[in-house]
Amino acid sequence: MIKATVYVTIKQSVLDPQGVAVQGALHSMGFGEVDSVRIGKYMELNLDTTDRESAEKRVIEMCEKLLANTVIEDYRYELEG
Amino acid sequence: MKFAVLVFPGSNCDIDCYKAIEDTVGEPVDYVWHTATDLSPYDCILVPGGFSYGDYLRCGAISRFAPVMKEVAKAAAEGKYVLGICNGFQILTEAGLLPGALRRNLSMKFRCHDTVLKVANNDTPFTKNYAAGEEIVIPIAHGEGNYYCDDETLARLQANNQIVFTYKDNPNGSVTDIAGICNEQGNVLGMMPHPERAVDALLGTDDGKRMFTSILNAWRDRHGAASVR
Repeated sequence: MIKATVYVTIKQSVLDPQGVAVQGALHSMGFGEVDSVRIGKYMELNLDTTDRESAEKRVIEMCEKLLANTVIEDYRYELEG
Repeated sequence: MKFAVLVFPGSNCDIDCYKAIEDTVGEPVDYVWHTATDLSPYDCILVPGGFSYGDYLRCGAISRFAPVMKEVAKAAAEGKYVLGICNGFQILTEAGLLPGALRRNLSMKFRCHDTVLKVANNDTPFTKNYAAGEEIVIPIAHGEGNYYCDDETLARLQANNQIVFTYKDNPNGSVTDIAGICNEQGNVLGMMPHPERAVDALLGTDDGKRMFTSILNAWRDRHGAASVR
């Protein structure tokens, strides 16, 4: 079993309204040092395979096709196991 | 002329679309389930608003892989008319049939009210019954209608006259006030506002009516039949 952890975030060049709203809330609570907030998605995928190389290829394909919209989002992933 | 209204799990404007066709042009219209694999009988495909697949992951991300979407791409390539409204617009961008993406509204609020739209391009099958630059009132109802595309795509949209509707008072933060765009060929249109909710003065505005009569007229022009007004 390989565990893939996928993180999807709005691209740096694209405004993240959720992040801006949360940053505003943090500022109003007195956490003025928060320079920016980006909010994203965290996904855990358990893959029924032990072949790390092919697992990585497949995860990239999943990200490109479905898990991230590469028009507005970036993704990164980690593999364990 | 035959219309199809696609139905995904979570579509909630399918009945409005169906009724809008019945009430405005009175042409045959069918509901078509998302598992369908043949759209060949239809001349115009409506991708309705709603929350397909609960908007899980991203709006339209899962519906984009429904079996019927392969047929929608085929129909679009054949030059048939495809109209995506609200969630339908999100699905069409996810499917790559229209450029760009829809982000969360800048205000972070779900906005549900009438908006004033400017008809930026009346030279499409969907807008030929409007005057160029005309202002019309069409309601919106969305939380993620903030249209985004990169500068290069925007320049292309502008150069090809693909921006069809713009907002007078931008309600969601869309790039250059974009409310609706079409593909390069002009036969696929996506828009966040709901023309199907604006087909009778009883609804507050009937400015959406001419969108549906435009489609029928465009089709009839193409097929040498008499047009309707």
